[in-house]
Amino acid sequence: MFFTYLRRELRCHAKAALAVALGLALGIGLVITVSSVASGMRQAQGRVLQSRYGLGTDLTVTKAATPPTRGSTPTFDFAGQSGSSARGDDLVTVQGSRSLDASVVSAVTGQSGVADAAGGLSLRVVKADRRFTQGQARQGGDATGVINGQHGFGGYGGVTAGQSGGGTAGQGGGSRFDADDYRAYGVDVSRPDIGPLTSARITSGTGFSAAQADGRVAVVDSGYARRNNLAVGRSFTVSGSTFKIIGVAAASADPAAEVYLPLHQAQALANATGKVSTVYVRATDAQHIGTARSAIQKNIPGTDVTTSAELAAAVSGSLTTAANLATNAGRWLSLAALAVAFLAAGLSTSSAVGRRVREFGTLRTLGWSSGRVVRQVMGEALVNALVGGALGIALGLAAAYAVSCVSPTLTAQVADAPGSGGLDQGGKAVGDVLHIALTAPVSAATLAVAVALAVGGGLVAGGCGGWRAARLRPADALRPADALRPAA
Amino acid sequence: MYRLTGVTKRYRRGDETVDALSGVDLVIEGGSQLVIQGPAGGGKTTLLQMLGGLDRPTEGSVELDGTDLARLPEPRLTRIRSESIGFVFRTVNLIPALTALENVETALVPLGLAAAQRRQQAAEALESVGLAEHRDGLPGELSGGQRQRVAVARALVKRPKVLLADEPTGDLDEDARDEVMSLLEGLWRAHGLTFVVVTHDSAIARRAPRLATVRKGRVAVRERGPAR
Ligand SMILES: Nc1ncnc2c1ncn2[C@@H]1O[C@H](COP(=O)(O)OP(=O)(O)OP(=O)(O)O)[C@@H](O)[C@H]1O
Ligand SMILES: [Mg+2]
Repeated sequence: MFFTYLRRELRCHAKAALAVALGLALGIGLVITVSSVASGMRQAQGRVLQSRYGLGTDLTVTKAATPPTRGSTPTFDFAGQSGSSARGDDLVTVQGSRSLDASVVSAVTGQSGVADAAGGLSLRVVKADRRFTQGQARQGGDATGVINGQHGFGGYGGVTAGQSGGGTAGQGGGSRFDADDYRAYGVDVSRPDIGPLTSARITSGTGFSAAQADGRVAVVDSGYARRNNLAVGRSFTVSGSTFKIIGVAAASADPAAEVYLPLHQAQALANATGKVSTVYVRATDAQHIGTARSAIQKNIPGTDVTTSAELAAAVSGSLTTAANLATNAGRWLSLAALAVAFLAAGLSTSSAVGRRVREFGTLRTLGWSSGRVVRQVMGEALVNALVGGALGIALGLAAAYAVSCVSPTLTAQVADAPGSGGLDQGGKAVGDVLHIALTAPVSAATLAVAVALAVGGGLVAGGCGGWRAARLRPADALRPADALRPAA
Repeated sequence: MYRLTGVTKRYRRGDETVDALSGVDLVIEGGSQLVIQGPAGGGKTTLLQMLGGLDRPTEGSVELDGTDLARLPEPRLTRIRSESIGFVFRTVNLIPALTALENVETALVPLGLAAAQRRQQAAEALESVGLAEHRDGLPGELSGGQRQRVAVARALVKRPKVLLADEPTGDLDEDARDEVMSLLEGLWRAHGLTFVVVTHDSAIARRAPRLATVRKGRVAVRERGPAR
């Protein structure tokens, strides 16, 4: 009888039932859409970060920033400092000019909460024929202390200065570096599973092997290889040293460097033996990131520790704006829609019970317990809500599919985390603009939430109606319900 | 057998209170018929609610075969309603979404019968009121008289001890009125029920063996000869 009654009732009032179901469907569909778009954005952000810091990097450790002591442009005064070298033709410097002793890597590995750590050395290579230009540009700036240092190297570049011509290196002291300059990255080849190169896909040739610690071999970024006509098997020269290309790597978004070299080679090129610029750290699990961070900060002085969450905060551009929109405005919007849908479902079920006072009162006179009447009301509301849930899931999937089909392009800019060896000599947050296509993946968890919401909506609606039905007195069947109350 | 002692039902309406029944003493023998008459607002429906255990008196006791309905907890009252008491109302209180047969079945639901047995008994009850061919009709597709006959079948399908009818013919035209009333009387005779009916039909009142008049909450009974 329960199901017969339920079926007949829903069919009889199909329009009203559908209205309630549609309200819930809209709310649930919106929740699915928003959460799938949000997770698409998280994935996109993740891709941006991964290409920078590698897969599974939870923390990076860099040398602590020291407050600037001389003027407003503290960096680039590499003259007479370790971490720079001008052997051969090219000028090779440690990015950000801040490096750590390699012993920090093993110290970090020993901290609690740390599963694994590897050091890497980010270098900036200024081609020989650009060096004089660079010096000119610096001269235009106000960092007079630096100009002296530049002069010290000027002798090397002087030969080619005439050929290179006017200052294409950009004004303002090299806030962006030139197309001919490039970033090189020293990879700890004994740790192939951690660091920036892990997120790159080797498109031809191979990656490094542990035996190549001292090899004159290199992996180059695919974009750089294309621009410079490089391929596996060819060689190129950095500061007089020739490297054979063994692999070409495609980063998923923004490459960490144009050229990857074994760490020892990179150290030698920059005259930075025994130095690393960044330590990439994997925590034992996500819960221990905080533990690892505080252990490193406490036990290894002079370091800056940056978590992946902080790295994520360094991503800017429309991707970030959209992601914030999706996670904030979108979440509130869908919650509001859901609340309205729940409220509407509850009110309409309750008012439907109000219209059926006589019907339920009659059933009570026939000996139906109030529990049986309430179950009937709850059942109807629940079926309604499940229909709404199914419609909502269909709606949400369609919307998510549409987003993935249209695949709007968002931009992202990675500002380098403090001390991680930035592109920007002035320490300003500037990076390459990346274009990332947005997708909207719907996870099983999202669908489970949708079903739970449908059931929840049914319970709320059924609860409202059931509460009202439970308070009906059988005597109400004999008279229209009015405001009259018995005197106890 | 009913024994009502000092039954008072007081309603509050705004600031004033209304005694719909005041100090009613009444005995109704098992298997007898009692016709109730009285002016509008006299308390007839309220009396029927007391008899049917639909509401509790403010004071006094309502004993049905020795059990005081006024003091029974709600679940037991619900049980007694489901097993022993059949109702027929003035306005046809059929469930609009259910067919005639299913409406009759609703009375058997609390008894926990198997579905097939329930359907069987409901079909028999519909047949006994002459509506076998309308079993799958919805209430909206039936005439007023047919609807009231479905309600009669629903009241009697569980073979109750008591049949309570509140102006069962009040909303019907003359032909349907006679049809339903003679049906009820026939069933009362056939099943040996206690039959309490509120009616304004003077013809019925005239041939009633026992007539109660309810006026301003007080009940006056007039015997007309032997019960039945
Ligand atoms: N739930 C209630 N709350 C307040 N007063 C009520 C309630 N039910 C009935 N009454 C009042 O009690 C009195 C008796 O009502 P009742 O319905 O029993 O009369 P009745 O004889 O059945 O009238 P009618 O012939 O119009 O059906 C009336 O004055 C009525 O207004
Ligand atoms: Mg009445």
